[in-house]
Amino acid sequence: MSVFWSCFIIVITAGMIVGCLWLLFANARGTPGESTGHVWDDDLREWNNPLPRWWLNLFILTVVFAVGYLVFYPGLGNFGGRLGWTSTKQMQARLDEITAKRKAVYASLAGKDIPALAKDAAAQSLGRAVFLNNCAGCHGADARGAVGFPNLTDNDWLYGGEPEQIVETVTHGRHGVMPAIGAALPPEAQQALLDFVPYWSDAKLDPARREAGMKQFALTCAPCHGADGKGNIALGAPNLTDDIWLFKGGREGVQQTIMKGRESIMPAHESILSPDEIRMVASYVYSLSHGGDAHVAVQDSKP
Amino acid sequence: MDQAQTIVRYEDTAIRRFAVMTVVWGIVGMLVGVWIAAELLWPQLNMDIPYLTYSRLRPLHTNAVIFAFGGSALFATSYWCVQRTCRTGLFLPKLANFTFWGWTLVIVLAAVTLPLGITQGKEYAELEWPIDILIAIVWVAYAVVFFGTIAKRTVSHIYVANWFFGAFILAVALLHIVNSAAIPVSLWKSYSAYSGATDAMVQWWYGHNAVGFFLTAGFLGMMYYYVPKQAGRPIYSYRLSVVHFWALIAVYMWAGPHHLHYTALPDWVQSLGMVFSLILLAPSWGGMINGIMTLSGAWHKLREDPILKFLIVSLSFYGMSTFEGPMMSIKTVNALSHYTDWGIGHVHSGALGWVAMISIGSIYALIPRAFGRPQMYSIKAINLHFWLSTIGTVLYITAMWSAGLMQGLMWRATEADGTLTYSFIESLKATYPFYAVRLVGGLVFFSGMLVMAWNVWRTLATPAPQPVIPTAEARA
Repeated sequence: MSVFWSCFIIVITAGMIVGCLWLLFANARGTPGESTGHVWDDDLREWNNPLPRWWLNLFILTVVFAVGYLVFYPGLGNFGGRLGWTSTKQMQARLDEITAKRKAVYASLAGKDIPALAKDAAAQSLGRAVFLNNCAGCHGADARGAVGFPNLTDNDWLYGGEPEQIVETVTHGRHGVMPAIGAALPPEAQQALLDFVPYWSDAKLDPARREAGMKQFALTCAPCHGADGKGNIALGAPNLTDDIWLFKGGREGVQQTIMKGRESIMPAHESILSPDEIRMVASYVYSLSHGGDAHVAVQDSKP
Repeated sequence: MDQAQTIVRYEDTAIRRFAVMTVVWGIVGMLVGVWIAAELLWPQLNMDIPYLTYSRLRPLHTNAVIFAFGGSALFATSYWCVQRTCRTGLFLPKLANFTFWGWTLVIVLAAVTLPLGITQGKEYAELEWPIDILIAIVWVAYAVVFFGTIAKRTVSHIYVANWFFGAFILAVALLHIVNSAAIPVSLWKSYSAYSGATDAMVQWWYGHNAVGFFLTAGFLGMMYYYVPKQAGRPIYSYRLSVVHFWALIAVYMWAGPHHLHYTALPDWVQSLGMVFSLILLAPSWGGMINGIMTLSGAWHKLREDPILKFLIVSLSFYGMSTFEGPMMSIKTVNALSHYTDWGIGHVHSGALGWVAMISIGSIYALIPRAFGRPQMYSIKAINLHFWLSTIGTVLYITAMWSAGLMQGLMWRATEADGTLTYSFIESLKATYPFYAVRLVGGLVFFSGMLVMAWNVWRTLATPAPQPVIPTAEARA
């Protein structure tokens, strides 16, 4: 800010403060119980009572505080205040403090692999916090997911549940595409699939329908979902035999998937989370489908 | 000395219209408020209709209660007060009638464009540029009528209520024109003339002075006429009026930056906003003291007169929220309270407790006089309305205070390793019970407005004992 504007601000601020005090002292006196003699609208009158003493003191107190504050903190133009305080410095100090604390925790966890971290209370505290503030928005605070967002607690993995695979998913993200393949098929082929795929896990399904469906499935779907329908983690193609549905199950849900396709994106977090944070959150996710004992332990160990 | 006998003729047409519309807009605005409070509990209440989403109805609620309900009450009472205390008829009464129809058109346009999603995106200044121009025209007309009436007064001193009404009219014109400056790109789309932190600062200079001048100075004008009138007692202290008036209007102009603590706004601006917000405490309380102390020697009237109850309790809420405001402007307190429902609680202790209750009390006092009826149809119904308003306000603000304090504490809670203890969604889940209490408080307050509507309707349905020709004997 230029010297002119700095001076301008100082002058008008000082002017306001001096003006307030002048206003107070110029009007402080009065005569209790005396009328000003003015009358409006037949019966509106005014007393000339002095300013209440406690109110006057309150006013002066706030002015004194203001002056003191402006001596110590930035406010008067370019004058930064005696304390040299700035909000940036305050933020940086807090950040440094937290970063130092975290570094110490990370250092103590450096040698542990993810299954070991999943059993470590300190790692789980960090991992849970990262999860709740970055992942819960889609996967839910309980990590059970929603339509289109996988449940992370059921040990059914689209891209694999090994520690390295979870780390890879969080770091670089995933992009799953189911093409609208049914739209290109003749109606009989569509029917064959819809009579079978939604009911794959149903042991009581009519064997003739299963056979017809399998035949069509081998032609259209097996390249991604596998001949046995158990999916392919390299592509993120879901297992269709376990009655767990990423999108909607049932005839209607599957029909929508086949006819219109599906697309889902897990965003990459490498620019959002540090490698340490990714390790912690991966260990938390890993713990959810591996007994969840660590999770319970974290809850119990909280003060 | 013949002139002393001349009869002064008051022009009350616009006043009667504004008074009735105060009740109508109060019901509409508060109904929308109750509806969006319910949407926070049951989001499916928007029925997947874009026009009914929270985001579009919320500005409709704020515009309807502040500008339609509060605005109509201010027009009605200021036109009444300025004529009676200047002992002269309105200057250009036809222009006053124009302000009624112009203001009504503004409100109707707001009610159409806001649900359509047409907005400038500035809080309390959402309306797009063609409506802004209409507002400016109506407001200038209002200023001409008001100050024209002051200019032709037959009483030498200008009554204190008119200082506040005058400051309110001038400041709102200035705030509206500066903050709404924008470059139109089509009929319903414009971009602000300012950018970045400057835009934010101009917006909150406007935003906080909308509170200071529209919601405070204007309603203090109302208070300075109706409290001494209803109590039949002189104003407590002329000196206090002078000091708190000048201090209030000068200091309010500085307080806006406290809405932008810990943002990209330079530190020095934030500090100035904070210290002047603190200095604002005493000037604000000056109005409360002057109003409440006016009742000294007449406290017994509070027992019999529910209108006086409305006026005095509104001053208590005014005192409460003007204590709370300076406290919340302190940076360390603000770090806890900002962005939480505490802000909503603070606003409503002012909006329901102060603005709505002083308006309701004043309109109850004004309606029988403006329509030539001896008194309101049912005094008991006014008393019932008073209790509904008070209980509704208390429920609402305690729920939001508790919710806000809890949110602030949850958001800042960290584990020993520095990670956040709670996710945002957990704080939202914890807020649900408070949202329910808030909805109940809002419903109770709203039900009071329905009682008022019934009472006003019954009062007007009773034939006037004599034709209404409001006059007074002129003074030499």
